[in-house]
Amino acid sequence: MEGGAGGGRVVALDDVTFTLQAGQTLAVFGPNGAGKTTLLKVLAGLIRPDAGRATVAGGRGAIGWIGHQSHLYAHLTVRENLLFWAALYHVPAASRAHRAAEVMQRLGIAEHARRPVRALSRGLAQRAAIARALIHEPRVLLLDEPFTGLDLAAAAEFRALLSQLRGAGRVVVLATHNVGEGAELATDVAFQRRGRFVHFAPRGGRAPAEIAEQYRRALGDAGA
Amino acid sequence: MSLARKGRLITLIGLGLLALVYVRALAFTPVERLQGPAQKIYYLHVPAAIWAETAMFLVGLAGIFYLFLKDPRLDRFGAASAEAGTVFAGVVLTTGPIWGKPIWGTWWTWDARLTSTLFLFFLYIGYLLLRGAVDDAALRARYAAVLGICGMCLVPFIHLSVYLFRTLHPQPIVLKPSAPSLPGSMLVTLLLSFGVFTLLYVGFVMQRYALALAQAQPDERSAHA
Amino acid sequence: MRDWLSQAWTVARKDLLLEFRTRTGIVSALVFTALVLTVFNFGRDPTAVPTIDLAPTILWVTFTFAAMLAMNRAFQLELENDALEGLLASPLSRTSLYWGKLLANLVFVALVEAVGLPLFVLFFDVPVAAVLLPLVGVIALATLGFVAVGTLFGALVIRTRFAELLLVVILLPFLIPPLIGAVQVTARLLGGRPLSEAGGWLRLLAAYDIAFVTLATLLFPFTVDE
Repeated sequence: MEGGAGGGRVVALDDVTFTLQAGQTLAVFGPNGAGKTTLLKVLAGLIRPDAGRATVAGGRGAIGWIGHQSHLYAHLTVRENLLFWAALYHVPAASRAHRAAEVMQRLGIAEHARRPVRALSRGLAQRAAIARALIHEPRVLLLDEPFTGLDLAAAAEFRALLSQLRGAGRVVVLATHNVGEGAELATDVAFQRRGRFVHFAPRGGRAPAEIAEQYRRALGDAGA
Repeated sequence: MSLARKGRLITLIGLGLLALVYVRALAFTPVERLQGPAQKIYYLHVPAAIWAETAMFLVGLAGIFYLFLKDPRLDRFGAASAEAGTVFAGVVLTTGPIWGKPIWGTWWTWDARLTSTLFLFFLYIGYLLLRGAVDDAALRARYAAVLGICGMCLVPFIHLSVYLFRTLHPQPIVLKPSAPSLPGSMLVTLLLSFGVFTLLYVGFVMQRYALALAQAQPDERSAHA
Repeated sequence: MRDWLSQAWTVARKDLLLEFRTRTGIVSALVFTALVLTVFNFGRDPTAVPTIDLAPTILWVTFTFAAMLAMNRAFQLELENDALEGLLASPLSRTSLYWGKLLANLVFVALVEAVGLPLFVLFFDVPVAAVLLPLVGVIALATLGFVAVGTLFGALVIRTRFAELLLVVILLPFLIPPLIGAVQVTARLLGGRPLSEAGGWLRLLAAYDIAFVTLATLLFPFTVDE
């Protein structure tokens, strides 16, 4: 993608250009308000940039989004939710039920399939949200602060899941303000501040601690 | 001279000319046979009604262009035109009863022009309330454009409804407020008044536009900070 | 083409499923309808004005207000469930989204009307048997028009202050032409007059429907996309 997104009063994204191939995982680190969510939204096609454009091979149907909002209907069951979203993402009718069962199995929520989402605990609901994002087997994953609200165990589980997912030739873009969380999964690293990428490079052999240190140095002065 | 000053000047000239038109209307235009002196209000009433409606079309038009061009100037113009239109609609709705009472004996009548203008007035109120309810400038412009376009498209239906209603329910009044054929001298006065109202519209819009621009400036400045 | 329709139906089905799961919306609308009809009865003096003269107005005012209750929920629902962005990020076309919501709203309002009409006949002793079919036709024609506009405006108001109130205010002028037309045609039908007498009004209703369904479909993407 390339370009910038205005929004009228505040420039949320400024001169960001990059290309990602299958198998790459880009971790974007930045403080709140740096424009990470805007970046992801532009990639997802939710915001049209004022200048430039974002192209994702396969269009919207190839994208899976995991963010703050669960996109689940509280009064529908997990299964009903999954079938609905599967239908929207053009999963063929004949395979929807099967895929739903599969993805619920994978995330360990199969036994809650027929419970309404509002009856689920926070952790289970989060897993259901992830299931929703994966049901159409997206080739591109956009993750907006996915570790928020996860306890250590859940976070570790999610990291394991992520490393499984990115192996299958997917492109993953992960945005987070916590440098400790995404670094070891990334093949490429970017630091974002006030809409711009102040750093963008392959991870190389850098250890997460090193990346964290570089991040602190790059963003420590003047802050967000 | 700034836009606001120009606008104010034009408005003042317009009001001055309006006074002159009224001198002509009162002193030099014949008194209408059936309606008497009260008919003189017609010269205010009709041009105001025409501009109230034209302003709505311009709001809709500005909306269409805004959705494609995204130019905030179009949105500001739309808002200014809507406010001017509201004022003119208000003029129609107040002069109508003032005219109506001496002639028909009632303050309000559901004649074609008053009814249409009343619905137009509701449209304007809705439009202005919508604008007031959205804080984000880009969102507000987009929403206002959508509503403006719908409003513009509603106007022909309002006329159609009123027309159908009137042909099936003939008004008991003998006098037609909207007499299509006017003796020459009255027609001239009417046209002059129309010209003056055009000037007033332009003046209002310029002032409101300038005001909107002034309010928008600080935001645009901070964007480049 | 078929895909577009099936996607719209997917959205509509989900909405209706949710609506009947929670039931609050439909129950309030039905109760409201019964209430309004009852109040109208107590508000009139049957010796002064024969019911049949007021009947069409009563019917349509009731339907319109109940419909407005319904139309608010369409997009409010998405906001409540934090799902709107998800819908916009998916391959669902904006047109399918609009038509899905429109369909769900129509079913909802149709249900209210299906209960309201018999109640109306009951309360006001209005002879509709002879003209039931044309009456249903007129109801459908008029309803399509204002629900089409109401669905569009429902999307317009979700990110505004006082959304429910604003929806009513901006929708009001747009309800007037179909409402007038519907009342006029209904009056003719109930008065036993031939439908041809109301030809002009029927044409108005049809033209309104075509114009505003098209306009709403065209404008909807601008309402939801940034």
